[in-house]
Amino acid sequence: MTTLIDKIDRKKKYKKVAYYPGCALEGSAQPYDKSTRAVGKELGLELVEIKDWNCCGAMEVKNIDPEIQTYLSSRVLSDAQHKSKQDVVMAPCNGCYHNLKKAEYDLENKDKSRAVTEKISKKAGHETYKSGDVETIHALDWIKFGYGEEELKAKIKGGLKGLKVASYYGCMYTRPRHIFPEKDQGGDSESTSKPHYMDDLLAIAGAENVEFPLKTACCGGAHTLSDSDMSTKLVLNILEAAEAAGAEVIATECPTCHSGLEMHQIRALKRLSKNTNVKVVYFTQLLGMAMGLSPRKVGLHANISDSVGFMKQKGIT
Amino acid sequence: MAIHEKSLIRPENITTHDNLIIDGIDVSGDWSTFIRTRVVSDYNEDLEEEIAAMPGGEYIHRCWQCGSCTNSCTVNAENPDFNPRYWIYLIRMGMEDELLRDKDIIWQCVSCNKCTSACPRDVEPEGVMKATAHWMELKGHTPPSNSTIFDDIFTEQVIKYGRIEDGEVLKDFMKKSGQPLMQDWIVQMVKQMIKGLPVMSLMKMGWATIFHPKTKNWAKARDAINEHIAEEHAAQKKALGLESVE
Repeated sequence: MTTLIDKIDRKKKYKKVAYYPGCALEGSAQPYDKSTRAVGKELGLELVEIKDWNCCGAMEVKNIDPEIQTYLSSRVLSDAQHKSKQDVVMAPCNGCYHNLKKAEYDLENKDKSRAVTEKISKKAGHETYKSGDVETIHALDWIKFGYGEEELKAKIKGGLKGLKVASYYGCMYTRPRHIFPEKDQGGDSESTSKPHYMDDLLAIAGAENVEFPLKTACCGGAHTLSDSDMSTKLVLNILEAAEAAGAEVIATECPTCHSGLEMHQIRALKRLSKNTNVKVVYFTQLLGMAMGLSPRKVGLHANISDSVGFMKQKGIT
Repeated sequence: MAIHEKSLIRPENITTHDNLIIDGIDVSGDWSTFIRTRVVSDYNEDLEEEIAAMPGGEYIHRCWQCGSCTNSCTVNAENPDFNPRYWIYLIRMGMEDELLRDKDIIWQCVSCNKCTSACPRDVEPEGVMKATAHWMELKGHTPPSNSTIFDDIFTEQVIKYGRIEDGEVLKDFMKKSGQPLMQDWIVQMVKQMIKGLPVMSLMKMGWATIFHPKTKNWAKARDAINEHIAEEHAAQKKALGLESVE
């Protein structure tokens, strides 16, 4: 259970955090990076980008060598602590967030992970990261607790005007459960089976949350190119379920999910003649626009899924 | 006697006599359907240990066959032949030939981790799927899957530069997996991406493809990672009884 003191403490802690954008937010997910920074600025939350960060290993490196993935993530945590002098690191990308959490778990529980991380850290010439030194949080935690939900209400200008939104969390935000010991703890902790942080924030921003059963379904992101037929099927399930639930927009919090939905929405039309019209938008873009930021400021024009005209029509921008 | 669950048995293991009379009773057709006796003599007693020696396969011995993995599996819902519980059973029993029947689909695990979340015994079935797919490739039962080709390209970039550039990963992958880059849906995607994109972003993207994003002071980490991976891969080959290729 979260006490009031915890709440005040977290608010102080998350006000200034180390920022780990990761490769996707520097590349294909630039709109996510842009809108995250814009929302942070608007809310007065400070981001200190980790200097010389490296890739966390994404979903691929572990298949070559799991301990290398742990090492890569540990180096990010080490830099956050020793170079950026922060004890909280915020990663908006589900993949990065997941891997930092996984590294934390492995370094706490697996001898081999600790040994390999120490060996490589020494050879690479930086401090070895010790589990427990840095807290990894998602952009959702950062806004929910760093700014506060009550306070956010006052920040909403215009709002989302009852926009029907399906919040889509994907796999890596909640699975596997054991790497997220802080979740499923009751009170205002996140649920791994029915996550709701994104729904909560978007409701405050004036959206209507639709009943969406595939919140944590898999988009096939790991095989988005290597097994595209499977990914197209999985994405189509998600798009069709969202539309059946009455959603006009799917809000995303993961660059792999987001680009997967965008790509395979097109591919489903081209290859299976299955047309879906639901828009795919990062939750930070929706929050930013609800606070009165322009579509350009939150990078809406750079999304592949074109929702600029739609938002205008809805009177949101 | 009629076999009610006929669909669960492979056709080649079922015999039906069209004309058969036993003790004066006509048991032709369905009434004389038999399951052929099968003797499995080609066990690979080391199979479980071999899979356990591959990254991700470490905890296979914990499985008690509850089926939570298959029940929760994303890929199983699309293809019932994709059956992690069954494969774990076969591996633990050493039934290599039976496992090899599914050699071309095991790599399709999408790593959604529903199984690992559901497993009451911490088998981490997702890891077992990856371990099994790699075992298939190392033993020469399958060529490198598209998934492996992608993992290799991605990991090479990470090790070389510290970071990846997603456009380059896409380009390299399509080339190495023998797929054309100019496919209708990719072209459409790029069109939609460019439309409405500010000139600055386009320049930034172009810049990234020419000057690959790099992590500063990365060389020492790169060397240490390469050294470690070489050691691990040699150990894995040894565990499978394969010659280590230098």
